[in-house]
Amino acid sequence: MRGFIPIVVVVAVLASVPLVIHSNVTLNFLVVALMIALAGQGWNILGGYAGQYSFGHAAFFGTGAYVTAILQVRYGVNAWIGFGAGIVCGAALGGVIGALTFRSGLRGSYFALVTLAFAEVLRIIASVAPITGAGVGTLIHLDLGARAFQFQSRAVFYWIILGLVTLSLVVARLIKQSRFGAWLIAVRENEDAAKALGVDTSSVKTTAMIISGAMTAAAGCFYAQYFLFVDSGIAYGTWISIEALLTPIIGGVGTVFGPLLGALAVRLLGEGAKLVTGDVPGLDLILYGAVLVLVIWFTPRGLIGGCAQVRGWFARRGRPAVPFINEAGHG
Amino acid sequence: MADRMADPLLVVDRVTRRFGGLLAVNSASLSAQKERITALIGPNGAGKTTLFSMISGFLKPSAGDIRYAGEVITGEPPHRLARRGIARTFQIVQPFGGLTVLENILVGAHLHHRGRAEALATAEEVCRYVGLHDQLDRQADTLTVAGRKRLELARALAIEPKLLLLDEVLAGLNPSEIRDIVPVIRGLCGRGITIVMIEHVMQAVMSLAEHVFVLAEGKVIAEGAPAQVAADPVVIEAYLGHGAAAKLRASHAH
Repeated sequence: MRGFIPIVVVVAVLASVPLVIHSNVTLNFLVVALMIALAGQGWNILGGYAGQYSFGHAAFFGTGAYVTAILQVRYGVNAWIGFGAGIVCGAALGGVIGALTFRSGLRGSYFALVTLAFAEVLRIIASVAPITGAGVGTLIHLDLGARAFQFQSRAVFYWIILGLVTLSLVVARLIKQSRFGAWLIAVRENEDAAKALGVDTSSVKTTAMIISGAMTAAAGCFYAQYFLFVDSGIAYGTWISIEALLTPIIGGVGTVFGPLLGALAVRLLGEGAKLVTGDVPGLDLILYGAVLVLVIWFTPRGLIGGCAQVRGWFARRGRPAVPFINEAGHG
Repeated sequence: MADRMADPLLVVDRVTRRFGGLLAVNSASLSAQKERITALIGPNGAGKTTLFSMISGFLKPSAGDIRYAGEVITGEPPHRLARRGIARTFQIVQPFGGLTVLENILVGAHLHHRGRAEALATAEEVCRYVGLHDQLDRQADTLTVAGRKRLELARALAIEPKLLLLDEVLAGLNPSEIRDIVPVIRGLCGRGITIVMIEHVMQAVMSLAEHVFVLAEGKVIAEGAPAQVAADPVVIEAYLGHGAAAKLRASHAH
């Protein structure tokens, strides 16, 4: 249980933020960052643990968002049930895409391209199908109240998304110390060796994709309730595919806290770049991109890996000099 | 001889594998007796590793049958065969490079132990057995060649196999490293494990194996006790060369 202490501490700190800060701008910023962190954690389970880099996690985000919105608007389903249905549909989609791609043995860049294709196909369908509101999108009617999953206060939304992120952290942590997690990492490191040790690689990967799909879909469901509007460019757009993979990569791929740290860093960087560059259009994106390149350049294992690097560096400087032969022995 | 042939754990029955126009394994048959060491030798490109890949499920035979513990297992996927108790090592070692020695072995130990604690206990025991216990936390990437070979063996043992397929575990080791690992392999038979090994290090084959199959150009050209095979003119012709045969005969005479 000691492994869960960091999660408790981080969540406790984050949970107290709305008690101190009442600025809507700041809370809004954090809500979006946490939503991205949730989407990123979904990506991390599949990409970070199992090593299957998806370029199309928008497929899950969008499915969560659309299912939540459409069930309410067209079928009068309760928002909370819609939210749950969105997560279930995300998981189911993960199962379908996983079964199709992994059973046919797609790996590496081919897997990435196929996931991208799934997201794009869904985006195009959503932009023409009547049920999604086609080009106009779907607007969830304003109906403030807990029953409709709509809240006046940003703080309530903040605590809800924080609760979901907490759940995702706990799941990531549980997976990491389980047999399933050991198998996922084995698949990432060497698929053939994993098979020889009795790992059913395609079913392990498919299971990872189901969990991954559910998490990223949950972020999409939340998006729909928070902004009360979904269209094809938002739900299935490449922006969320990129955010979902960027945040764990920046934060630390395959780590429990990587997506959360990465989401906060990437979002801060985005806002910071806008502040620095002012009104010049596009300049903030150039700055944003340049800083990302630098981060990846210097800490290829993400911010968490970078911290470990710095710690190791200080530890080595603190130690008395060791004979050369010992150092060589460790090399 | 007759009583030994009575109880084979593994039977490869006229197995053939084609890669397009290339006939890699041509109607090869062999068998491995329970709790003994069987060696598979032959010149480079004879089809030894291809045959291993078919036994362990990584390749499907174009024709023929493979039987294990009395059941036909031809074409079953590798993970299911591993669950049945067939483990293999890879000729080109395949460590989980980014993980530690213990984490590598843990993956195998988890096959029959869901809980982390039991799996860790199994992994540590295997580590001690193969002599990796002082390098548990070392990253697999940083091991020496000998260390990687041991890791390959340890991981295979961690799934608690009944049949162990060793693909050149001695290749690339120096004589003193070979001396260290040979008793480890020999000791496995006493633990109820049946071993089939591909090996080029002839001295080790002679000292370890009870029965040898010789594969050349995809066909089994000879089989028998090591000394008998080494003296077989067909084998000498295909593989050993006259000088080596004479040397081996001389060493056995002593």
